[in-house]
Amino acid sequence: MAQVRLVKLRKEFGKVVAVNDLSLEIKDGEFIAMLGPSGCGKTTTLLMIAGIYYPTRGEIYFDDVLMNEVPPKDRHVGLVFQSYALYPHMTVYQNIAFPLRLAKKSKREIDEKVHEVARLTQIEDLLDRMPSQLSGGQQQRVALCRALVKEPEVLLLDEPLSNLDARLRIETRAEIKRLQQELGITTILVTHDQVEAMTMAERIAVLHQGVLQQYGPPNELYDAPRNLFVASFIGDPPMNLVRVRYEIKEGRPCLVAGDFALPLSSEWVQRIEKSGEREFTLGIRPEDMNLLFNEQDHAFPGRVSLIEPLGGAVLVHIHAGSARFRVLTSREKQIFLGNQVWVQPKLEKLQLFLPDGRSIRELYEA
Amino acid sequence: MRRSAYPLKADTLKKIRRRERAIKVLLYSFLFITALPIIIGYSWLFLNSFSERLVYGLIPEQLTLKNWSFLWKPPSPYYPSLWRTFANTLILGLGMVIAVVGISTPAAYVLSRMKFPGRIEILAGTLILHSFPGITLLISLYYVLRTLGLLNTVVGVFLVKAGLMMPFAIWVMKGFFDGIPWDVERAALVDGATRFQTWYKVMLPQVKPGIGAISIFAFLSGWSEYIYVITFIHDKRSWTLSSYVNSIIGDYRFLDYGLLASTALFYMLPVLVFFLFAQRYLLQVSIGGMKGGG
Repeated sequence: MAQVRLVKLRKEFGKVVAVNDLSLEIKDGEFIAMLGPSGCGKTTTLLMIAGIYYPTRGEIYFDDVLMNEVPPKDRHVGLVFQSYALYPHMTVYQNIAFPLRLAKKSKREIDEKVHEVARLTQIEDLLDRMPSQLSGGQQQRVALCRALVKEPEVLLLDEPLSNLDARLRIETRAEIKRLQQELGITTILVTHDQVEAMTMAERIAVLHQGVLQQYGPPNELYDAPRNLFVASFIGDPPMNLVRVRYEIKEGRPCLVAGDFALPLSSEWVQRIEKSGEREFTLGIRPEDMNLLFNEQDHAFPGRVSLIEPLGGAVLVHIHAGSARFRVLTSREKQIFLGNQVWVQPKLEKLQLFLPDGRSIRELYEA
Repeated sequence: MRRSAYPLKADTLKKIRRRERAIKVLLYSFLFITALPIIIGYSWLFLNSFSERLVYGLIPEQLTLKNWSFLWKPPSPYYPSLWRTFANTLILGLGMVIAVVGISTPAAYVLSRMKFPGRIEILAGTLILHSFPGITLLISLYYVLRTLGLLNTVVGVFLVKAGLMMPFAIWVMKGFFDGIPWDVERAALVDGATRFQTWYKVMLPQVKPGIGAISIFAFLSGWSEYIYVITFIHDKRSWTLSSYVNSIIGDYRFLDYGLLASTALFYMLPVLVFFLFAQRYLLQVSIGGMKGGG
């Protein structure tokens, strides 16, 4: 197993900067995810780690050994492609055996190892088939086997689940996590699906336009996004984001948007005063608000405009002045369309972002 | 009661069937008539080669094997050994296959996969060469071959032919290589293959249909070559079957139709047999080729 370190890694394609001075450390045996929308440079980074692309600048270290010039075959990485990229002219067995055959392993050893990984992923009875005879889920397992069979130091997964149907995705998600924990291989998962990243990875690196936005454990990203992009990208249903102004209304410091006004706690007033700004983007997660039927402190009035039952919970859309909020609430609450309600955000969960997108929480201690 | 939108009368179906049958009859008659010249041509050839004489140009009189005697003894001392000529033709066809496949396959791979200065120019250049009528090069090629000492040799002809066929072959093969996803190649590199191993073990097996296709084209183009053979080869020992048949038509003797028919059939036979066996494969090839390498 290996520790992976990227130092100011940069990749340019002509004039386009795909990866912009990315620095990242992945601990030995750690499972991290690189998360971002398509075109954010995550796959490019992965291919640089694999040795398919050479970086324009910056360094890649495996266990403190510089890898920049090392060809892919000597990097001991396993790579699972989004398209699976199985060799169509080989049987499943030959596909999995291919890396071992190239490594000139003995026939007996190859046979043993192929069967071992096939057993691990439960595809032993498919070994004689051709890739074209397999379902998407089966092909995905074969691709995983092929990556695992050579016992790689680093396992790279490029959107491995995106071609599977919803049900299979949830199963495979858990299975890959189990396998990774069992084998303890340093693993880098590339995905655009935040649920995948949240559920599988120990740490998530969020990328946007080639720039690292935030790198940390899933809960940290969820609870304390460092900027507006991370806040809006992570979370399902997404965080409510409303443009607000800091004003004193009826003698109380409030965040105001049209006729919507949220009275603030002294802690927030301190932070805001320190920042010296007046315009913000307010962020609050749907589950961090209470729905009330009468007026209370630090609550604002609104009207129910849409109700989306999610099974275990209900997502309620609320118009408050010109602002709109999604509030997650339990289905026991008797809520009907058009109801007048009060929304009480948990003030300690509030996020405020400066006009440039940075979170005020990080910058100014209360 | 609501009137149905489908008022099906008893005789409607009958009418439809009758019309379909009429269309079928028309279609088959049209196909038969258009195929008639070919059918007549081949039957003329076949009947002529096995008979003394044709009455009214089509009815054979007196079956004979006399016309086929060229197989064991040249029709006149003017002609070289048939089997030597046959071997030369075979060498021309196979030489084409080896030269075309051997050069176009790696060239197409490089043009499909690698970035290097001049790549676009080379691709455009091959197209220009392809659209160039080969016959205009006849005289200059004659000088080139003479300088190289390749005049009067089969090798000289198949090198020229292969060179002229290269643009076509490279474009076909490039299409096949283009059809293989990058990820498959990358997977091989990550799996521990060198660039050459990747080409040889992963890419080549996937373009087999393309190799099959250009092999067939190259062989047929060599086997049936006429102009270059007639122009560049005068030495009878290097003749191919097309020079042989040609000499029967345009020779000092009166035209022997029986001999012409039998040698022409002999010339055609290997190709016909080949088509019979390769037909199914050839069809697959054209489908695979259109998809760009499936």
